[in-house]
Order: sequence, then C-alpha cells, then structure tokens
Amino acid sequence: MDFSAIVPALPGLWNGMLMTLQLMVLGVLGGVVLGTLLAMARLSHNRLLANAAATYVNYFRSIPLLLVITWFYFAVPFILRWITGEDTPVGAFTSCLVAFVMFEAAYFCEIVRAGIQAIPKGQMGAAQALGMSYGQTMRLIILPQAFRKMTPLLLQQSIILFQDTSLVYTVGLMDFLNAARSRGDILGQPHEFLIFAGLVYFTISFAASQLVKLLQKRLAV
Amino acid sequence: MTKSTLSRAIGFALAATLCSAPALAEELTGTLKKIKDSGTIVLGHRDSSIPFSYFGSDPQQPEGYSHDLQLKAVEAIKQKLGMPDLKVRYNLVTSQTRIPLVQNGTVDLECGSTTNNVERQQQVDFSVGIFEVGTRLLTKTTSGVADFPDLKGKNVVTTAGTTSERLLKAMNAEKKMGMNIISAKDHGESFLMLESGRAVAFMMDDALLAGEMAKAKKPADWHVVGTPQSYEIYGCMVRKGDPAFKAVVDDALVATFKSGEVNAIYDKWFLKPVPPKGLNLNFPMSDELKKLIANPTDKAAEQI
Amino acid sequence: MNYNWDWGVFFKSTGIGSEIYLDWFVTGLGWTIAIALTGWLIALALGSLLGVMRTVPNRWISGIATCYVEVFRNVPLLVQLFLWYFLVPDLLPEPLEMWFKQDLSPATSAFISVVVCLGLFTAARVCEQVRTGIQALPKGQLAAGYALGFRLPQIYRDVLLPQAFRIIIPPLTSEFLNIFKNSSVASLIGLMELLAQTKQTAEFSANLFEAFTLATLIYFTLNMSLMLLMRLVEKKVAVPGLISVGGK
Repeated sequence: MDFSAIVPALPGLWNGMLMTLQLMVLGVLGGVVLGTLLAMARLSHNRLLANAAATYVNYFRSIPLLLVITWFYFAVPFILRWITGEDTPVGAFTSCLVAFVMFEAAYFCEIVRAGIQAIPKGQMGAAQALGMSYGQTMRLIILPQAFRKMTPLLLQQSIILFQDTSLVYTVGLMDFLNAARSRGDILGQPHEFLIFAGLVYFTISFAASQLVKLLQKRLAV
Repeated sequence: MTKSTLSRAIGFALAATLCSAPALAEELTGTLKKIKDSGTIVLGHRDSSIPFSYFGSDPQQPEGYSHDLQLKAVEAIKQKLGMPDLKVRYNLVTSQTRIPLVQNGTVDLECGSTTNNVERQQQVDFSVGIFEVGTRLLTKTTSGVADFPDLKGKNVVTTAGTTSERLLKAMNAEKKMGMNIISAKDHGESFLMLESGRAVAFMMDDALLAGEMAKAKKPADWHVVGTPQSYEIYGCMVRKGDPAFKAVVDDALVATFKSGEVNAIYDKWFLKPVPPKGLNLNFPMSDELKKLIANPTDKAAEQI
Repeated sequence: MNYNWDWGVFFKSTGIGSEIYLDWFVTGLGWTIAIALTGWLIALALGSLLGVMRTVPNRWISGIATCYVEVFRNVPLLVQLFLWYFLVPDLLPEPLEMWFKQDLSPATSAFISVVVCLGLFTAARVCEQVRTGIQALPKGQLAAGYALGFRLPQIYRDVLLPQAFRIIIPPLTSEFLNIFKNSSVASLIGLMELLAQTKQTAEFSANLFEAFTLATLIYFTLNMSLMLLMRLVEKKVAVPGLISVGGK
C-alpha cells in the first residue's frame, strides 16, 4: 500500500467533499421544511390531508433510497418537461437533491410529529383561549419548543444523510466517495483511496455524533 | 501559416458556410434554442473510457479523442449561435445512464464511446461516425484464452449497459457456454475485476481494451485476443428528432475529417503517450476507420 | 415528449434465452430476500452478543463492543461494501483468495460480500437496541438473580434477554425492514437483485417508468407485509405490564 498518491489528489477530493456537504446541508434544510409541513398535515383535523401525508411517509419509508436516487435521476427532467413543456437543463446534482429532500422529508416528518406530540396538549388550548389562530399557535408556541426537543434527533438524522449522500455514486455525481474512487481507479490504486475515504467519513461522522451527544446532555436539562 | 492552422481555418470556413448561411433567417428550435436561451451547453462525457473520454490529468476536466471532437462541435455551435462566450457544462454519464440522459434533456451532446446501432436509433439520434471498433477480449497473456469458445464455464466481465453485455449474454444463452457473466458499472471497474483475478477475460470494444491495458500495473502482462463478435461505429448522441442541431454537429465533424485534422487528434490519443500514466496505446488507425473518415455516415455498422 | 408507454413490457421477451422481463423481477426479488434474511441472521446473532457485551460490568468487554458500534455506524454502508468486496478478498491468503475469486461463481462471491457487509453493519444497530432493551428492565432483576444464586450468564439467558427481546420488537422490526431496503446496494457490485434487474429492464426495454414503478410497488408490498407480520408477532409475545421501548 502506498498512500503518497493521495496528497496530490487532495484538491480534487476537496471538491468532492464540498459537493457532499452541499448535498447534505441543502438536503437537510429542504427535508426539514417539507417534513414539518408533512407533520402538520398528518396532525391536522382534515382527514384527506392527514391520509395523504401518511401515505407519502409510508411510501417513501418502504422503498430504498438508492432506488429513489436512480429513479429520480432519470425521471425528474422528464417530469419537468411535462410541467413546463420545454427542455429544462437539470443536472445530476439537482435530481439527487430532489431525491434526498423528498426521501428525507418522510423521516424528518416522523421526528417532527413526535416532537409536536410531546408538547402538552393544554398549551394548544391555552393559546387558542388567548385568541391565537392554529397557524399562530404552531409558529409561536408549539414548533419552537418542539424543535428544541428534537434537535438531537434531527442532527442524528443529518449525520445519517451525510453518509447516505455517498449513494449518488450510482448516478456518477462526483461527491467525495466518487471523486476518491475515480481518482484511485485512474491511478491504479483503488484500495488506498477507498481506505482514505472510509477514514475521512468515519472521522467526520464520529466527531459530529460525539458533539450531538454533548448537545443532547445540555438540552436535556 | 502552419499546415494545421491552415486546415483549421479551412475547416471553420467550411463549417461556417455549410451551416450558418441558411440558418440566420430561420427561427431557432429544439436544442439550439435551449442552448441559446440558457447560454449553456451541457456535454455528456465518461470518466473511464480511455482514451475517448475520461478524467486523465485533471479530475474535473474530461479529455480524450471523442472529447476533442466534441469540442469541435462546440466551436461550430458557438459560431452558429454567434455566442463566443457560450458556457460549457460537463455532465458525467455511464454506460447505463447515457441514453436516458440525452432523452430526458439533461445532456445536449454526448461524445464518448457510444455505439450507433438500430435499436438505440429508436431512442436517440447519432452524429456521423467518429470511430470504428471490434468487440474482443482482454486477458492475461498466460490465461490460455485465445478466443471466445475458450470461455466455457469461466468468469467473464463486461460493462453494464454496453453492446458487449448483450452480445455476451445472448451468446451464453444460445451456445449454452455456462459462463458466469459479471456486469460491472464502468470500464474501470470491469478492469479491476479482471486485474484482481475475479474474471479471466473482459469483453469490450478493442480500442477501449487497449486503453484499459495502458492503465494496468504491468501492461505487458495483458493482450487483446479473439475474433471480433461485431464491428461497431461510435457516434455522438443528440436528442431524437432535432435535425437542425444534428446538422451543426455533423458538419463540424465532417469538416474536421475533411481537413485531415482528425489525424492529428488520432495520433495524439492513440500513438502518443496519454495521461495519467504517460503510456502509449500504440493502436494504429484501422482500415475501417480510414474508410469511415473518408466517407462519413450516421448509419450503424449493420446498416452499411 | 418522446416516451412510449407500454405496460405490457413485462411480458415481452428480453431477447436473452426464452426469458420475459417479469422473470428478471422474480429472480431479483429472490436475491433481495436471500440477502436480507441471511444478513439478518448474522446481524441478530452478532448484535445480540454485542448488546450483551455493552451491558456487562466489565470495562474492557463493553469498550470493545462500543468501539465496534462506533466504527460500523460512522462509515457509510457503500464504503463498507466496497471494502468487503474489493479490498478484503485481496487480503486473504493466496489459496483462499483464488478460491473466493475464481472457484466461486461471481454471484456467490458477491453474495457473500454483501451478506457479511449488511450483517456486520446492521449488527451495530441491533446491538444498540438490545442494550436499550436490557437497560430498560428494572435494575432489581439483576440483583434478584444474584440473590437466587444465578451466575451472570444464567441471569442474561434466563431472565434479562427473554424480556429484553420482547420489548424491543418494534425497533428491531424497523431494522429488519431496513436490511431489505439496504440490500439494494448489492446492485452496485453486480449482484442482480431487484434494483439491478429493474435498471437492466429499464435499459434493455427503454421502458424506464414502467420498470421503476413495478419495482417500487414490489418494495412497498414487501415492506407492508413484513410490517403486518411483525405486528402480529409483537402482539403474541408482548410482556404484560411492560411497554415497548424505542420508536415505532
């Protein structure tokens, strides 16, 4: 094993890492927003809305992420063309991001729902007694508390997503893993680059999960 | 003026007169309109089709024989649209993703190592042929495999989504050869399977096999053998039913062929050291390719 | 829009032997189930052992189990799979390496790699569930066991584990379902399981949407039926007076 070829490859690998981080951050942001909307839909008194949200969540939770990524990669441009009627350039990055947001939203929805349900029911009644609307109550009273409670879980799910972004390998997007693999392949040193990639993923995920544990202790007061 | 700049100038002049004169009056449609509106052309490329389209010296920038020809087409498109600052975006494709990506509008022009065949013509349109290959086998010099019948009961690797994969699977079923066929994701991975001893042979287009050999730890341990199972013509892929765009690409390629500039490009990738390891493929131009360059056609090999 | 819908595509010939596309899906589903079940056996056995190790009153033993969990949880599944498939066979002693790569059929060697990978990956998660289950039991049970003259292994085998397993069925179910979904990574090392067959169908037939729709339906049905099955099991074995731990 000879790890010396990794040093000159670092700039390319860094670009891959940037793509991985972009996918993760945008995926988490989009996923939390869509997931929160889904959670509110699931908890709403409108049965149609609640059922639709529940179906969405069940559907995405029963199929593999890899399948979603592959499918969306081919389908998103087609679907956009149906909607807009013309060719819209959609890169692999956008397709993958859409796949992550839609997939992760199902998981974030369940986290947010549990968070909302953990807030004592009386608070909703109290807020409405004070004359607040449903939307106001959610925005000003329930959600801020719920988010505080579920921050550790949301972060843990984000670490999982950080690892799962490596699945974009299947559509040839140059994320960190694919950059490492591709470089290792061209240079004829696949093992060295793979081990290096594994170590980097481990270091980041491990450090992040330790931080989350610390945070969990502080928030638990 | 050196010979190559002269020929380039003639090539441009030819390309320009061929396509720009009647185009000015007509309304842009399809891919040309999309490129004009977005200011960007999306080029499909490969990451391990050595020496056609791959990441060689720079992991962000594809290079290779097909890529150089692709850039010729881009030049012509810039001229045609009067957009010298046209932005070029690269989109990596694999053997499995290339056709859907051209169809669904992600990629405007794919030049890599894509065989033009009748079946694929149902889904996409091809430019005039840019290369001609035979599908053969790469194996260790000591493996004892000299031709396809020797593969009975052995592990054979090929790349998923290629014509070789279909030929091999069909051959296995028809002749009851009992081969174990591994379909790897790309040529790099196929070669990894071969080099690590998981397969005794790798079936693929001969020029690509030469390219993989140049990547090996010991290139002298390998050779390309076997009766070609098919002769295939590579083309660049464009979306189906877009004759205006296809014409610009075709004209640019034909101009490169006629000017003889293609010979310099060929020499650069097949007869001189190529990145990343600086090995020479030593793959002289075949008579079939010479004929193809003399008489450009967008037909598949089986249609000629 | 140049897409030709054709839902009859699954009954068309693939052009290879006498197979129709539906045959490919059936074969693929078979592989998916085989991978998931075999991987699950490994995960359950190893995960239980590790879970017990994490709770025993010995720093070294619990430390080893903790390390295992951290390593296997913090490296992406795909990286682990590539390590098992591409790297580990090269590290085997020569005769074993040759046997693995050349005597075994490629499907078998890929199957072994993916099953070991998924088994070890999932074991880290099962371990955490088992540990939670054991720790959720009243502390007095351990003391009571000692007072009755049981040794530690006996207490685990006869007192703690039977209860722990029964209360962690819901989170175990979700890991069990995950292993089915995660088995799709096998498609990336050339094993023709459900997702790989779907991609191949999409590519051979050019009927992309139909192929992927059928695949999601199969995964959805599989997932739902397994979930219903596990609910029944859960009801059967529920421990009166103890609520389940972990999420749904």
